[in-house]
This record gives sequence, structure tokens and C-alpha cells, in this order.
Amino acid sequence: MLFLLFISSGLFLGWSLGANDASNIFGTAVGSKMVSFRKAAWIASIFVIVGAVFQGRGAATTLTELGSVDALAGAFTVSLCAAITVFLMTRASLPVSTSQAVVGAIIGWTSFTGSQTDYAVLWKIMSTWISGPVLGAVFSALLFLLVRQILRKSKIHVIKLDSLLRIGLIVVGGFGAYSLGANNIANVMGVFVPSAPGIVLDFGLFTIDGVQILFLLGGVAIAVGIFTYSSRVMKTVGQGILALTPEAAFVVVLAQALVLFLFSSSTFSNFISSIGLPPFPLVPVSSTQVVVGAVMGIGLIKGGREIKYKLLGGIALGWLTTPISAGVLTYFALFFVQNVFGLKVSSVVNAVKAHHEPIVYEQGVNHLNLILPTILLLSTILIVFLVYMFFRQQKLRLKAENLVLQQQNQSYTSTKSLNELELKTIQMQNTMLTNKLELKRQELNTILMNISEQRAFLENITNEIAQLVGSSDIQRRDAKLNDLILLLKQRMSFTKEIDDFYKQIDKTHKNFQLVLVEKFPDLTEHEKRLAMLIRLNFASKEIATLMNITSKSVEIARYRLRKKLRLKERENLTDFLKSL
Amino acid sequence: MIFFKHANQSIELIDEFLNTIDQGALIFKEGVKNYLFGNRESFLDNLKTLSNLETEADITRRKIENILYTQSLMPQLRGDIMRLLEELDNIIDMAKKSLFQFDVEVPNIPPALNQDLIKLTELSCSAIESVVPAARAYFRSPENVKERIHRVYLFEREADKLADAIKRKVFQELPIARLSEKFHLRYFTLHIETLSDAAQQTADLLSIMAIKRSI
Repeated sequence: MLFLLFISSGLFLGWSLGANDASNIFGTAVGSKMVSFRKAAWIASIFVIVGAVFQGRGAATTLTELGSVDALAGAFTVSLCAAITVFLMTRASLPVSTSQAVVGAIIGWTSFTGSQTDYAVLWKIMSTWISGPVLGAVFSALLFLLVRQILRKSKIHVIKLDSLLRIGLIVVGGFGAYSLGANNIANVMGVFVPSAPGIVLDFGLFTIDGVQILFLLGGVAIAVGIFTYSSRVMKTVGQGILALTPEAAFVVVLAQALVLFLFSSSTFSNFISSIGLPPFPLVPVSSTQVVVGAVMGIGLIKGGREIKYKLLGGIALGWLTTPISAGVLTYFALFFVQNVFGLKVSSVVNAVKAHHEPIVYEQGVNHLNLILPTILLLSTILIVFLVYMFFRQQKLRLKAENLVLQQQNQSYTSTKSLNELELKTIQMQNTMLTNKLELKRQELNTILMNISEQRAFLENITNEIAQLVGSSDIQRRDAKLNDLILLLKQRMSFTKEIDDFYKQIDKTHKNFQLVLVEKFPDLTEHEKRLAMLIRLNFASKEIATLMNITSKSVEIARYRLRKKLRLKERENLTDFLKSL
Repeated sequence: MIFFKHANQSIELIDEFLNTIDQGALIFKEGVKNYLFGNRESFLDNLKTLSNLETEADITRRKIENILYTQSLMPQLRGDIMRLLEELDNIIDMAKKSLFQFDVEVPNIPPALNQDLIKLTELSCSAIESVVPAARAYFRSPENVKERIHRVYLFEREADKLADAIKRKVFQELPIARLSEKFHLRYFTLHIETLSDAAQQTADLLSIMAIKRSI
């Protein structure tokens, strides 16, 4: 428990690394929505842990060579001071690297404890601060040229290319995460290596020792950092330094992964020395600085427009400020830990020895057989996964069914409202028909009343004439007959009916009236009526009745109308009026 | 391969869409010729085919949009691609509308203008026929887009010149009595000329898109 408390500063450093550096691997992919954050986080976490556990030892050994922090309190202080330096410099928006902070803190520790600093190792580490970004730039430039050439030659369709890049970004992201875990776990847990517990866990297929357990814990801390905080960093980085095309992002991530891999692979280093070349240094390097180098490598190929000199200057400044700040902070912190809290921060004798003797972790270690628990754990995970999948499937099925139901409901509602609308229309039509029927009925009534009235009138006249037949008083008979003639004439004028008739015609042929007035403004009201009746194809006799004039007068009126309409002899009056 | 199922499907649809636009330009050309030569039946046949092609293009465009958005394909480029497809769809829409106007308004075109109008139609259609390969190039080899779109600009310029000449002829040289008829002819010249303008607009969009895609 005390051990866990002491390594908490390292775990915090791991969390911070996961939160910030995972964005260098999946920043573009997540920022451009090509890969979902969840997928990216899972891939990055798994591969970081695998890389840390199985390939983290090389870079960690170099840090131990620089200064073997052999007391837990000392390691805690070194790690905490490095973490605080990174945190404060990040808050102050200064370029900072965890690797440089850790190196500075270790130098602070060696200075405080009086241990001897191996300057050859220090020089080896510092040279990688320059060679890391440079190598990143070289790799990315070469890869960029290669990818560009392949894309131009292959003429892949942009949509297929997108799918390929999606897979490519996941694959190189996995490789990048593996390399990040392998290389940068030294920053997180490197200082605790000399205090690693002496146990070996046997999982049947493989075993992990105390150092690897430390690295596993560090890897888990990085994974927690990825899941809890890297989402927002990825989104920011995806629109900032890594706002690249997916093709360029693929190249940058691959270049970064290669550089980190080379600086952590003991197999590659041994291979280099076996062919007579100087061995490749196994040193934790800053993934951010390698990424900056890689982006600039692409910028160089594109003509140097994208090189950010300010950023480069900031990185160079960070080579000095970060280790110095971390070193000074560690020196004072160790003073407090040793003198105020009375904790032992080193055992100087061992520290000096550590430079020359290889660390043997497995002496007197406890072997724990974990085959059965592993099988049980894996089975449990499998069962939980299957149950989860089953319930997820059920949930999806229910969701789909729900969706179908909702759609059916919607369709039912729309059909219902449509039916209601139709019903309303039919009701409206019915009302209209009823009104029309009522109107017709009233008209019929009027006609009926008219007929009755006419009948009564004619009966009256007939009776009067019958009384006059055979009358001897000629004077009275003539007077009576004159009265009857007057009565009949009055009856024949049909003023009201004719007025109604004209009103009806005016209403239905409004346009004709307007055109006629517009073209021939000097027509009298009488002539306009005549024109209308002619247009309606009425015979002269009918027109005479309707206008209450004689047929002869109709002919004369027609003649005058022709003159006013300026018609030639051949032109037909009716046709002309119809054409208006 | 299962990974590329949706990608392959959308590639096929895009190719289909571009073929439809290409065919639309050919049918429009035939339609105008048939109208000018008084082949009413063939003209109506062309009109029907073009209308079908336009509907087909709309449906295909919606299918592509659906796949690109539901399958989250090309999140960075899909906006541009959909705009390109909309521009191309707009061309076939305009072609259909113009041919419909011939059918509805039945313009009285003097035989003296026939050759000029045919030439104008050919130039406008050539601009469309050149923008389609440029769009195809964008998807597979964006570096070749530039060398293809210069033809579009050339045809558009020529179409503009010829359209101006036709309008001048209509208003100044030909013995057309009614001003309304002159206006009518000017509008039909404009309808045909606008197609080349739409092709040019698509070419402008393509050139920017190609720059964005170059790595």
C-alpha cells in the first residue's frame, strides 16, 4: 500500500502523458471524425499497455544509468517534481516534454545526493532531443514522398482511399500507441525501476516480472489519462498543429511511431551494433516534439511554407528551461523530504554501484503461478462480454422495433388527419349543394308564383273581355277596351325581369364589358347592351323584346353600332364581338 | 470486401450520376436540333428522356448523400463532394427546364438563326461534356483536374461570344417585326447560353476542390 502511495506521483505523470500524448497518435483521425474517440481510446490504451509491458525496459534502463534513484521516497520526489514542472509549464503555455523534465529531475537528484552523473549517458540522452525531431522530419519527408508517389500512380478513388486511410490510421495508430508505451513508460515509471517489487507473475503463455508490473501500472495510468481527458485535447490538436489531410496525418503518425520504436527497441539496437555500427540509444523521447518534426518534414517537401519557426524556437528553449526547472525543483524538494519529513531519499553507496553493475531483478524473487486465475479472469471477461453483446443486441432490436412502431404511428396519424380533411371537404361540398338546392327551390317558387299571378291576371282579362262581348254601350266598351290595352302594355314591359336578366349577363360577361369600354369608349349604354346581346347570338326579334323596341329599330341600332365599331362591309358584327 | 462495401457502392453511384449528366447534355443537344428542324415527335421523345434522366440524377444524388452521411464516409470532403454533385445536378435541371420551355412557349425561330443556335447548343453542351471528365478526374487523380477544366472555360467563352452575336442579329439584322418576338428569341438564346455558365461555375468549384485535395 505504501509502495502504491509512493508511485502515485509516477501514476499522475502517466495520466498526464495519456491525456496529452495520445492526441499525437489519434488527434487527426478523431478531430476529422474518421475514427470515433471510443475506438481510438480503446486501441491506444491496449497498445500502450502492451508496448509498456513488453518493450519498455530498454529506455528505462538508460534513465537508470543516468541516475539510479534507489529509494522510494527519492523516486517519488523525482517523479512528482517532473510532473509538477510539466503541469506548470503546460499551464503557462510553454513547450514542455515529460522526458526532459524527468531527466532534469534525475540530475537534480544526483546533485542532491552527491551521486556521480554519467555525462556520457546524459550526452546520449540530450542528443536524442535533437535527433528525435530531426529523425521524425526525415522519416515523414521520405514517407510523404513515397505515399504521394503511390497515390498518384495508383489513381485510387477518393472514397476508397478514405476507407483505406481509415484502416491505415487505426493500424499506424495502434503501432504508434505501442511505440509510445514502449518509449515513454520510462518517463512514467523509470525512476521507480530500482525499487521494483521482487515478484514474477506466471500467466502460462508469458511471465511478467516486478519491473513489468510497474510498467503495467504505468500503462494503466496512461490508459486512464486517454479515456478521461484526451478527448478534448484530440479535438483541439486536430484543429491545431495536426490539422492535416488524412494522408499527411497517416505519414506523421507512422513517422512518429517509427522514431519512438527505434528509440525503444533493444532488438534493433542490437542489430545495429551487430553490423558494426554504433548502437542506437534507447532513450525516452518527446512524442510531441517528434510530431512537430514530422509535420515540418512534410512542410519542407511542400516548399517550406508550413515551417513554424516560432514553434521550433520554443522547442529549443524547452531543451534548457524544462530540465533546469525540474532539476532545481527536485533539488529543493529532496531537501525538504529528507530534512523536514526525515525520509531516506537515497542510499549513496548503491547509487554509485548502479552505474557499473547491471540490475538483477530476479534475485530472490517470489514466483506466483497465475495460470488458473488468468483462465478464470479471461473466462469471466468473455462471459461478461457475451452477456453484454446479447443485451446490446436485444436493446438494438427493441430500438428498431420502437422505431418501426413510431413510424407506423406517424403514418396512422397522417392517414387519420387526411381522412378528417377529406370528411371536412365532403361536408363542405354537401353544405354547398344544400345551399344551391335551397336557392333553386326559391327560384322555382318564384316561377310558380309568377305563373299563378300571370294566370290570375289572364283570367281577369278574359272575364272582362267576356263581359264586354255583345255589350251595346259602345262608348263604355271602347273605354273599357282601352283600359285593358293599357293594362296589357304595362304588363308587357317586364321591367323587373329584364333588369334581372341584364344584371345576370353583366355579371357573367364582365371581362367583355371592360374590353369593349376600353376599346370603344364612346359607346352609349344602349349600344353596349345591344353589343352584348348580339355577342350572345340573340335574334333581332328577341333583342327587340328584351330592349323593348321594334325589330326595325334593332336593325337601325345594329347599323349604328357597326359604324361606331368601325367595321368594314365584309366583316361580321357577331364574329367581331365574339373575338373581343 | 466487407470493409469497402459502402465505399464501392457510393463509387458506383457517383459514376452512374456522372454518366446521367453526360447523357443529359447529349439529349439536350438532340432535342434543340429536333425542335429547330421541326421534328416534333423526336423532340417530344427527347424531352421525355431528359425528364427521366433528370429524375434519375436526383434520386442517385440523394442515394449518394445518404450513404456518405450515414456511413460517415469522408467527413472532411463530403461537403465539397455533395456541392459538386448539386452543381452538376443543377446543369441537368436547367437543360430540362430549357427544353420544356421550347415545348410550352413554342418560340418562332427564323430559319436564318438555326445554324447559330445549333452551334450555341453544341458549345454549351461541349462545356458540360468537358466538366464531367474533370469531375471524374477529381475523384481519382486530382492533379489532372486543372488540365481538363481549361476546355470548359474555352467553350464557355466561345458560347458567350456566339450568344452575343445571335442577340445582335435578332435585334439589328433580322426582319422581325414584333419586339415581343425579339425578346422571346433573346430569352431562348440566354437559356442555352446559361448551361455553359453553369458548367463554368462547376469548373470553378472543381479547381478549388482539387487544390484542397492535393497533398
